[in-house]
Amino acid sequence: MRLLIRRLGFYLVAAWAAITFSFLIPRVVPGNPVATAIIRAETSGQCNSACVHAIELQLGFNVHTTLWTQYAQYWGNLSHGNLGFSWSENAPVGGLIVSYLPWTIGLLVVATVIAFAVGTLIGVLMAWRRGSWVEWVMPAAAFFQAIPYFFLALVIVLIFGQTGTMLKWLPSLFGYDIYTVTPGPNWSYIASILQHAILPGVTVVLASMGGFILTMRNNMLTTMDEDFVLVARAKGLPTRRVVTYAARNALLPVVSNFTLALSLVVSGQILVEIVFNYPGIGYHLYQALSELDYSLVQGIFVVITLVVLAANLLADVVYVLIDPRARQAG
Amino acid sequence: MTLGNAHLTPNAEVPADPAAGSAGVADPVLEIRGLCVDYGLGDEAVHPVVDCDLVLRRGHVLGLAGESGSGKSTLAMATIRLLRWPGVITAGEVLFHSKPASGERRTVDVLSAGEEELRSLRWSEISVVPQSALNSLNPVATTRAQFDDLLRVHRRNLSAAERVDRAVELLEMVGLTADRLRSYPHELSGGQRQRVMIAMALALDPQVMILDEPTTALDVVTQREILEELMSLRDRLGFAALFITHDLSLLIELADEIAVMYAGRIVERAPAVSLFRAPRMPYTHGLLHCFPPMHGERAAMEGIPGSPPDLRALPHGCAFHPRCPWAMERCRSETPTLVSLAESGRTAACWLHAGDVSVPQDLDLPDPLQPAPGAMGAAAPRFRRSSR
Repeated sequence: MRLLIRRLGFYLVAAWAAITFSFLIPRVVPGNPVATAIIRAETSGQCNSACVHAIELQLGFNVHTTLWTQYAQYWGNLSHGNLGFSWSENAPVGGLIVSYLPWTIGLLVVATVIAFAVGTLIGVLMAWRRGSWVEWVMPAAAFFQAIPYFFLALVIVLIFGQTGTMLKWLPSLFGYDIYTVTPGPNWSYIASILQHAILPGVTVVLASMGGFILTMRNNMLTTMDEDFVLVARAKGLPTRRVVTYAARNALLPVVSNFTLALSLVVSGQILVEIVFNYPGIGYHLYQALSELDYSLVQGIFVVITLVVLAANLLADVVYVLIDPRARQAG
Repeated sequence: MTLGNAHLTPNAEVPADPAAGSAGVADPVLEIRGLCVDYGLGDEAVHPVVDCDLVLRRGHVLGLAGESGSGKSTLAMATIRLLRWPGVITAGEVLFHSKPASGERRTVDVLSAGEEELRSLRWSEISVVPQSALNSLNPVATTRAQFDDLLRVHRRNLSAAERVDRAVELLEMVGLTADRLRSYPHELSGGQRQRVMIAMALALDPQVMILDEPTTALDVVTQREILEELMSLRDRLGFAALFITHDLSLLIELADEIAVMYAGRIVERAPAVSLFRAPRMPYTHGLLHCFPPMHGERAAMEGIPGSPPDLRALPHGCAFHPRCPWAMERCRSETPTLVSLAESGRTAACWLHAGDVSVPQDLDLPDPLQPAPGAMGAAAPRFRRSSR
């Protein structure tokens, strides 16, 4: 318990530092990119003078108060959930991010969980049945592990996607069919979401499963040489029980891998979302950057940081739950 | 590390053997015949165990001594088919003569037993306390969960409460309190973990216990306590033990019979006291001179020159000849086999005892268990320190 409290303290400090940096960066970056962004907003015709003033306040441009006052204001806004105003989307940043997150979490988190579960299982099987046909999964896993996500995504779109040129089996653009389906709690909407999730989901599963397979297999092989596994066999326990003995222990380091992968979901899978024009947080981060909509970029960064820290905290909690040795450490 | 040098008295007065028959010799419970183990296959294979014969008698302690890498653990694990990959048993026979407290006697051929039969044999009849018992407990399970696992599989008729009762009873038997049931292995000291392991090994009243260096990782005091505990349990419960150690001095106290291994072969086998007082094989002689006596005159310590052989490149002939002070021409070309010596119950694999050369004095001391002609009643000679 003390361990967790200490970790929590550490994460609070990290969150404070990240938020402070996101406040400082637009104010101290040389070459004044903020000025360029504001001109872009003014000339786009979507941003009236009130809107421009809001951006200036948010990014600290053309404001004649001290940095400390701005910093206090920034925290004040943040505590009300006010992350600024996005001119390109013409909406408050906070609300926008809330609308992006379910897409990213729904698709990528689920895909990562599947990759973890299936990958770990295959890893255990491979270690236990060393030398059997399961071994052939390994080069395939290593291959998918090695090629970049976005490249795999492009190949998948090309072969299976309706925007591709070959099989045209499944939709490969957007989170649902934006032309024929009305969003709402109706079946056609849900079916459309599921259909659109298949290709990006498969991409993420394929690309991230390899790592889980390989680490689990290697951990499992080391653990199986441990004396307590030998004893489990000597005890005459059924094979399934012996495998659980080994797998339960081999799983410990993999679980921390998994939670780290979860935190990467929000930030690291940007390219997958871009390829599929999937309306999650990564795709919108890319959009905001190309529009120079820095308020939105800043807000997304803050949220990503918080999600990464939360995932790490989750990793710590899970670790304490599954490893009795971590419980009393510290 | 040697145990209790102060008490280096051989187990001459073997405690009255409860299982001994009227003939004075107990019947065998575990017989190993011509066992060979390879690691790897084909030409690359090494042979950690070659043609080993051992007989463990009911209620006895059979000591298996030798340097690291001499194949003793491999031999022990092979007897219950627990070799780690890529170990394979290439020849031999392991017979387990079961004589349960109730029920009929039967003999199981362990090497040809099916998976199910093997599983029912493991632990309920032959249990193992492996090398470094410190790592033998599952680090993420409580003591209670680990007892539970065992009893649930082998004693299906016990209820959950009865399983706990049995676990408590076993823990108390090895001197631990019931609250240790809630502990995880990392919350136990080395000695406590070893005791838990021994309690677990006793859980199903096995007829044979294989103890693979059970006290190596412990300090001398704890070692002594645990060994005494173990021996009193042996007297009470009557299991037979195959006790493996590199520490010959320890075996001399506990074992009824000792087998010495070198480079995968058993090179000498004798009753403990005979082996201690009158070694016949130069390697045994060398091992006995590796530890100092607490009493008696000061003597120069002698080790065995050289280092243990590489199993991938064993010397021709007797594997010990490069380190043997009495090596002869014959030892370089021919491998000696284990042959019975003139004294009953002793065997050795050494050309010096083939009968065609005179045996060096150091290897020809009178056996205390044999009536020496002309010197009846004389005390066994003091352990002689060679002054070479």
